[in-house]
Amino acid sequence: MEHDIGLWAIPIAILGGAIRVSTPFLFVSLGEVLTERSGRINLGLEGTLVFGAMAGYATAVVTGSAWAGVIVAALSGSLFGLLHGLICSLPKVNDIAIGIAMMLFGTGLAFYFGKPFIQPVAPDLPAIPLGFWSDLPQLRAALEVNVLFLIGIVLALGMAWMFRATRVGLIIRVVGDSTDAARAMGLRPALIRTLATATGGAFAGVGGAYLSLYYPGSWNEGISSGQGLMAVALVIFARWNPIACFGAALLFGGAGALGPALQSVGVTQGYYLFYAAPYVLTLGVLIAISSPNRAMTGAPGELSITK
Amino acid sequence: MTVIGEEPFPRGALEVQTVGMTMRFGAFTALDDVSITVGAGSFHALLGENGAGKSTLVKCMMGFYHATAGQMMLGRREVKIHDPRDAHRLGLGMVYQHFTLVPSLTAAENLVISRHDTPAMIDWAREKKALDAFMSAMPFRVPLDQPVARLAAGEKQKLEILKQLYLGRRFLILDEPTSVLTPDEADEVLGHVRGLCEKGEISVLMITHKFREVTAFADEVSVLRRGRLVGQGRVGGLSHAEMAAMMIGASAARAPLPREGAPGSAILSVSGAKARDRSGLKEIDIESLTVRAGEIVGIAGISGNGQMELMEILTGQRPLIAGEVEVEGKIYHATRPEALTLAVRYLPEEPLRNACAGRMSVAENIAFRSFDVNGVGRRFWLDGRGMRDKAGSLVEAFKVKTASLDTPIAALSGGNVQRAVLARELTGDVRLLVISNPCFGLDFAAVAEIRSRIVAARNAGAAVLLMSEDLDEVMELSDRILVMSEGRIAYETPAATADLATIGHHMGGHA
Repeated sequence: MEHDIGLWAIPIAILGGAIRVSTPFLFVSLGEVLTERSGRINLGLEGTLVFGAMAGYATAVVTGSAWAGVIVAALSGSLFGLLHGLICSLPKVNDIAIGIAMMLFGTGLAFYFGKPFIQPVAPDLPAIPLGFWSDLPQLRAALEVNVLFLIGIVLALGMAWMFRATRVGLIIRVVGDSTDAARAMGLRPALIRTLATATGGAFAGVGGAYLSLYYPGSWNEGISSGQGLMAVALVIFARWNPIACFGAALLFGGAGALGPALQSVGVTQGYYLFYAAPYVLTLGVLIAISSPNRAMTGAPGELSITK
Repeated sequence: MTVIGEEPFPRGALEVQTVGMTMRFGAFTALDDVSITVGAGSFHALLGENGAGKSTLVKCMMGFYHATAGQMMLGRREVKIHDPRDAHRLGLGMVYQHFTLVPSLTAAENLVISRHDTPAMIDWAREKKALDAFMSAMPFRVPLDQPVARLAAGEKQKLEILKQLYLGRRFLILDEPTSVLTPDEADEVLGHVRGLCEKGEISVLMITHKFREVTAFADEVSVLRRGRLVGQGRVGGLSHAEMAAMMIGASAARAPLPREGAPGSAILSVSGAKARDRSGLKEIDIESLTVRAGEIVGIAGISGNGQMELMEILTGQRPLIAGEVEVEGKIYHATRPEALTLAVRYLPEEPLRNACAGRMSVAENIAFRSFDVNGVGRRFWLDGRGMRDKAGSLVEAFKVKTASLDTPIAALSGGNVQRAVLARELTGDVRLLVISNPCFGLDFAAVAEIRSRIVAARNAGAAVLLMSEDLDEVMELSDRILVMSEGRIAYETPAATADLATIGHHMGGHA
């Protein structure tokens, strides 16, 4: 072996994994932050993610353009969000129940339309080799950064700015924190929540396109393995803060890369246990931040799970 | 919006008049030919019991309701107000009883977003400068960069008023603005409002039921009863007794029942009890608290100073970190068997949420204490007829107004839910009664009745612990008064020698 770097391979592989695996987490959780800050919870983003993966892949196969796939994934995601938002605007409708229904609907629809696209190969999304300065192939591989990852960072920063310094951002926070105050200001909470859910859905759709068009980079029915649901937990972990979402997504991504990293340095026993790391982390996070006695700080006041 | 007359309104405070304002909902007349005048720069108080038509009147003025008959005059010109937006455009504003600020936004964000011309991108440096300039012209200020949730109630109320001025309102309706404030905070806020009136910036119409505030701050007063204007005049010429007589009319309030007997042995004793508060950041710390048989111990305090948590400790809803609660010398964990054998009963605040199952029927809710007891032992099958019979007689005895015994209890009005829970809790042997805000939001008659029942329980030998945000209530009912502030018991005095000002100071944590 020319480049035997021993145990250093593990942190490098985790770094690379964190960057590669975190992008869908990032997009879905940003979408969920937007939705939840407006006072609704959309559990259906898992379905949106899977459908986005399928729609993006299919479009890329048909048109030969990966970016066309991303756009179609975003559009289909926003349609799912719109549907969720409109249904939840009806009286006496529970957003969590609708979210679960939308999750099953989205995955079912994706499997139905996705059957013919399991075989064909679609073009990949471009990546930027940020590791060009290094001689280590492991580091180069790890720093192969996809454009969507960078867009995700910009999106997180943009959302943080939006919540702080734009009218739209303040209005979303008002609606999410107090329906009464929003009504008193002459705002229409249901409309704003629906639009926020639709936009959040578009983000989740883009996350799906990343899955099928870059990493792992193919369309199959097990492509998401619950990442959409984990992203919802991640939003709570990140306290509804877009920038914290980025950190949390990296953490979850790194946890997801633990298993493959151990395998790559030759750990042959028990490494598959580490494949469960993201799920264990999800449980651990939810237990760690739960408390029977204290209200959650930072939670939007109108959220049905925190009311 | 129709404004007859060409010239714009003069700057500064507006004169507002209602002429023959009448509002009917079907056959029910909520407001009957009410004419009041609030002069430019005057501070006008609107008195009345719950349901007297005060809210209806101001809702008609603000355009929430369209009056069946009658007119609004602004600066002696007739105006038509179709909706609250019209009212806002004309310079009319309202401060509600409950805060309409958004809790997680900072004060500055709340002010800027409440404007109707908020720019799409907010230049915070410029906005801050403009806000500072605005604030420096005001007689009082609030911290602008704190989330509203972290402001004290008095600060929030000041911010509500500042918001109205920031939005350029020149006539303000204040709906019970001091109901959540300490006496000191109330005096400060109303003093500032009065100052603004005297400077000719605003005219104010304040809904209230506190005579003290009327005499201290208002120029004029109007009294409503059952939708009619029953009295009006300069404040200087009216005594509290005269105002009260106008408000409640011929049927005067029942005096509280005479007290009998002396306190007996200690029933409830709390020692060294510590628990986390709602936010998890602060601690509740009750060093020692004793309630003896045949006495009412009243706990006064501003909401959010740990009363709710103390109630939860006593009802077993909140775990203790240290210390203990004893009832008749036995450690008490507030389990159902313990409550049953020791005859401990509760009337928590918001009984619909804390002491009822909203969708279950009135009869079932009344049976919560007894549905599984059969003489001395437990029963397995419910005794449906027995439950109904008992509920029926209690509903009658406590005058609970309900369509039927099978009505879901959530469909009852607040006072009737309160009566139903009280009926359940006061039936049978009661040795310890723990009560929190028993009369919140109830009308005069219901208040008098519930208070007399509490005193009757005390006279029958029960130990009563009463937590209330209504200082008058604590003063009226208690044998001994404690003040709770920041999770601790800050002050104790026998009711006979209690001094309102001293209690107020301890409530505000200024002692």
